[in-house]
Amino acid sequence: MNKEGNQYTFLFSIALVVVVSVLLTVVSTGLQPRQNANVENEKRQNILRSVKIEVSREASGEMFDQYITRRLVVNARGEEIPGDAFAIDPGKEMKKAPGDRRLPLFIARVNGETKYILPVRGTGLWGPLWGYISLNEDKNTIFGAVFDHKGETPGLGAEITREEFRSRFDGKTLFEGDRLVAVRVEKGGKASGPHEVDAISGGTITSKGVEAMLLNTLSCYEPFLKKQP
Amino acid sequence: MILSSHDRRLLLGPLNKNNAILVQILGICSALAVTAKMEPALVMGISVTAVTALSSVILSLLRDAIPTRVRIIVQLVVVSALVIIIDQLLKAFAYDVSKQLSVFVGLIITNCIIMGRIEAFALANKPWPSLLDGIGNGLGYAFILLIVAFFRELLGSGTLFGLPVIPGACYRWGYANNGLMILPPMALILVGIVIWIHRARNKDLIEP
Repeated sequence: MNKEGNQYTFLFSIALVVVVSVLLTVVSTGLQPRQNANVENEKRQNILRSVKIEVSREASGEMFDQYITRRLVVNARGEEIPGDAFAIDPGKEMKKAPGDRRLPLFIARVNGETKYILPVRGTGLWGPLWGYISLNEDKNTIFGAVFDHKGETPGLGAEITREEFRSRFDGKTLFEGDRLVAVRVEKGGKASGPHEVDAISGGTITSKGVEAMLLNTLSCYEPFLKKQP
Repeated sequence: MILSSHDRRLLLGPLNKNNAILVQILGICSALAVTAKMEPALVMGISVTAVTALSSVILSLLRDAIPTRVRIIVQLVVVSALVIIIDQLLKAFAYDVSKQLSVFVGLIITNCIIMGRIEAFALANKPWPSLLDGIGNGLGYAFILLIVAFFRELLGSGTLFGLPVIPGACYRWGYANNGLMILPPMALILVGIVIWIHRARNKDLIEP
C-alpha cells in the first residue's frame, strides 16, 4: 500500500487512535480506585487539619471517626435534613438555587470542646478553591482554617494552603453585631481588627477569591450559625 | 565506558553546548512557571525527561510507518497519551507532588523541547540514539530548572526543598527574603543570567 496515500493515512490514524484510547482507558480505570482513595483521605485530612489535628493520609480514616462526632446536613433555613455530609459535594450544591442547597457540616470534639466544621467553596485565579473553617462553640470565632486549590500558581496563589497563611484566620470572628461579614483579605500589610487578614504577595486574585469564598459560602449557613443550640 | 563517544555526545551534549533552554531557547514557559520551588522543579524535570525519552523511542520505532502528512498529529497523540499517563500515575502514587505541579503536568504537552526533539531527531534516527537524545535533552531541561529554582527558592523563601537553610540569626540582623524572587519576572532574569554566563564560557556559541 502506498505509504503517502489517503487510504494508508486513514488506516494508520484510526489504528493509532484506537490503540492509544484503549491504553488510556486501561490506565485510567486501573488507577481510579487509588486516586479516589487519595482524594477521600485528603478530604478527611483537611477536615481534621481545620481543627488543628495533623494526621498522615493513611491514618486519616481512623482518626476521622475518632474526632468527628457528628456529620449533618442542613438546609438554607438551618434545619437538619437527611443525607450523608461526607458524600455531598459543596461545589455542586453552591450551583443550586439557595432554597434547594443541602449544606454539609461536621461536628468535632477536640480536647473536650465542640467545634463546628463548615466546608467553603469558591474560585481563585485559575480554578476552584475549597477549604474548611472550624468554629468554636459560639459559632462565631474561627478556631482554624484550611484551604486548598486546583490550579493556583505554585509559590504565589498556591501559598494559601500554607500554615503561615491559614493561621492568620485563627481567632477572627464572622459576625459584626448581628451581621455576617466573614473575613476580608487585605493587601499591603494594613489588615487589622477581628474581620481582616493579610493577603499573599503576588497572589492577590487568589487571596480575594478566598475572601469571596468565605463570605459566599458562610452566608448560606447564616441561619444555622444564628440558631442557638 | 559502556557508551560510544557518539552516544555520549547525544546524552551529555544537551547538558552543555546543546542545551535546549540555553542555546535553542526552547521550553522557556514552564521553566518560568515551576521554578519558584525546588521540589516541583525536580518532579517537572523528571516528568519531562520521561516524556521526551519515551516519546522519542516510540516515534523512532514508528518512524517508517508514519505518513508524512499527519506526522505532527501522530506526534501530538503519542506525547499527549504519555503525559496523561504520567499525570494519572502521579495522582495515584505521588498525590502531593501532583497537586503541587497541578496544571503544569498537562502543559508538558506544549513543551517545545519534546516536539522539537521528535521532529529534529527521533523521526530520522534509530530507537537507541533517540532514547539517549531524549534523556539528554530532558536532563538538560531539568538541570536549568533546578539552577533557577535553587536561587529563587533560596533568595525568595529562604528554604531549599522546603527546608529552612538561612539561619534565624540573619533575619534578626535585618536580612529579609526577596519577594521579587518568587514572582515570574525574576525567573526570566535568572534564565537570562544563566544564558549570559553560559555564553561567556562558550565563546563559539556567541552569534556574530
